[in-house]
Amino acid sequence: MIPNLKTDQKLKRFYMNRRQKTLLTIVVAAIILLCVVVGGALLDQDQIATNLTERNLAPSLQHLFGTDWLGRDMFNRTIMGLSLSMGVGLIGAIGSTSIALILGMAAATMGKMADRLISWLIDLFLSVPHLVTLILIAFTLGGGFKGIVIGLAVTHWPSLARVIRAEVMQIRSAEYVQISRQMGKSRWWIATHHIFPHLIPQLLIGFMLMFPHVILHEAAVTFLGLGLSPHEPAIGIILSESMKYLSSGMWWLAFFPGLCLLMIVRMFETVGGNLRLLIDPVRANEK
Amino acid sequence: MRKNAGVKIGSFILMKCIRMLTLLFAICLISFLLIKNSPIDPVQAYIGADMLKVGPEQRERIAEYWGLDQPVIVQFLNWGSALLKGDLGTSMIFRRPVSEIIGERFVNSVVLMLTAWVLSGVIGFVMGVVSAMKKDTWIDRIIKLYCYTLASTPTFWMGLLMLIVFAVWLGWFPIGLGVPAGVLAEDVTIADRLQHLILPALTLSVLGVANVALHTREKLIDVLASDYVMFARARGEKGFLLFWRHGLRNIALPAITLQFAAFSELFGGAVLAEQVFSYPGLGQATVEAGLRGDVPLLLGLVLFSTIFVFAGNLIADIIYYVVDPRTRESRTI
Repeated sequence: MIPNLKTDQKLKRFYMNRRQKTLLTIVVAAIILLCVVVGGALLDQDQIATNLTERNLAPSLQHLFGTDWLGRDMFNRTIMGLSLSMGVGLIGAIGSTSIALILGMAAATMGKMADRLISWLIDLFLSVPHLVTLILIAFTLGGGFKGIVIGLAVTHWPSLARVIRAEVMQIRSAEYVQISRQMGKSRWWIATHHIFPHLIPQLLIGFMLMFPHVILHEAAVTFLGLGLSPHEPAIGIILSESMKYLSSGMWWLAFFPGLCLLMIVRMFETVGGNLRLLIDPVRANEK
Repeated sequence: MRKNAGVKIGSFILMKCIRMLTLLFAICLISFLLIKNSPIDPVQAYIGADMLKVGPEQRERIAEYWGLDQPVIVQFLNWGSALLKGDLGTSMIFRRPVSEIIGERFVNSVVLMLTAWVLSGVIGFVMGVVSAMKKDTWIDRIIKLYCYTLASTPTFWMGLLMLIVFAVWLGWFPIGLGVPAGVLAEDVTIADRLQHLILPALTLSVLGVANVALHTREKLIDVLASDYVMFARARGEKGFLLFWRHGLRNIALPAITLQFAAFSELFGGAVLAEQVFSYPGLGQATVEAGLRGDVPLLLGLVLFSTIFVFAGNLIADIIYYVVDPRTRESRTI
């Protein structure tokens, strides 16, 4: 439209299109991630040792996020918590993506019965609230690291599986696949050579969009007391411990760790969402 | 023709319900097996702190009393047949029938969830509309920023922030519990209940807004780009009147359906909010049951939440089916 043209030209110098913005976000996200991971690996228990002379300090330059009731530095605890949460989230999201890939491919290629069965399975997992499923699985496995990872992997795949199923259906009916089949290639060969390469972008984006949710759910279940054990410095643990000290006005115990979690989650969501818009042929040329 | 439509929608609902029954049965079986495989020994969980006073014989008696000494499949059949009669068993931590507890907690939860649901729906819808009508202005940017940020905010952290600001700093609201401590059940007034309800409901509403708002925004932008809106603009319609005549009906339906289909997230959010504010609802009962190994209560709650989510999805489907004729042809059950 013509009125838009005018505004486009007088846009500020720092105008960037979506590709550039996404690239910038990815770079920033990568740097922060690297810091968190390296920080989490470098810091060990000594850094969050109890120091009873410095208890309950409000945030200052020395302790950016303040200290808790045992004099542990909240900044270090938060970094360790974040790297732990992201590790758990990463394993959970990879597991979930693999399940989605396998089931989505199976639903689309293995005939009608498999398709029905898998769509029934998807409904099954969507019909119980995620958090309740997680509580159930954590209960079954007795909580802890294993319980939470398996729970996360098992609960997040359905929507991605649907996307992959639709995608495979579409590719399967393409001419080159039909010809390939006529030429006597086996199903497995077609699946690995023709179908899978087309799925990689969907998988990547599905993973990017799933990852923040997995982290959030991990923190939520841990917060409820059914996830990682209280000795681990996870974000959920930090926040649930902070609840006891809220009434005495120690807001920094809850505020900063949660804010960091929010930032990480938000960043992944932005990158994933932008990437999805970029590969969507209908909307890729939007600003 | 009308009769025909009635039969059609009847069979649609029937098919949905049959599918639901198979799902429900599977969920019963799976959750039962899962819970039976748990390392948490139900007898131990039942005895709890009295562990030293209870001898092995007594343990066996307790196991026999709960029917825990039989094979899993027999236990499942026993539980299932009791379930069909409407008996969910007895909760181990509350020592009362599960159905009674769920009923009581449900009343608390439903007030909370309904408030949050209505508030977030209405506010989210208005925000989405404003944002789409003023697309690419600062108000749109603010609303988008708000929604994207809130969509990735942990519910329990939001609850903690609310507690810090409103209960600790400002002291406007009590720090937790559904009713004031130390007051008899009869003396609790509606005002008390309301006061304890506001913060959790506010937390859930503030967070729940994002989904509806973004969805409504997208839809309305699509509608505004359509030919009939362009024609209406050419005739000189603009602003609220334009929205009222051409936009509202097109976007209200998806928004309402979306809200109904979001029952699952609503329940999940309620679990977290209730835990933060120690509000005695279903969510808190779920967490308690999970933490303390209360098998009958946990099973009952899993079933209940499933039915709850299913009810939401069914209503969404029916609304779509009845109101929007386009979906009737393409939608398979």
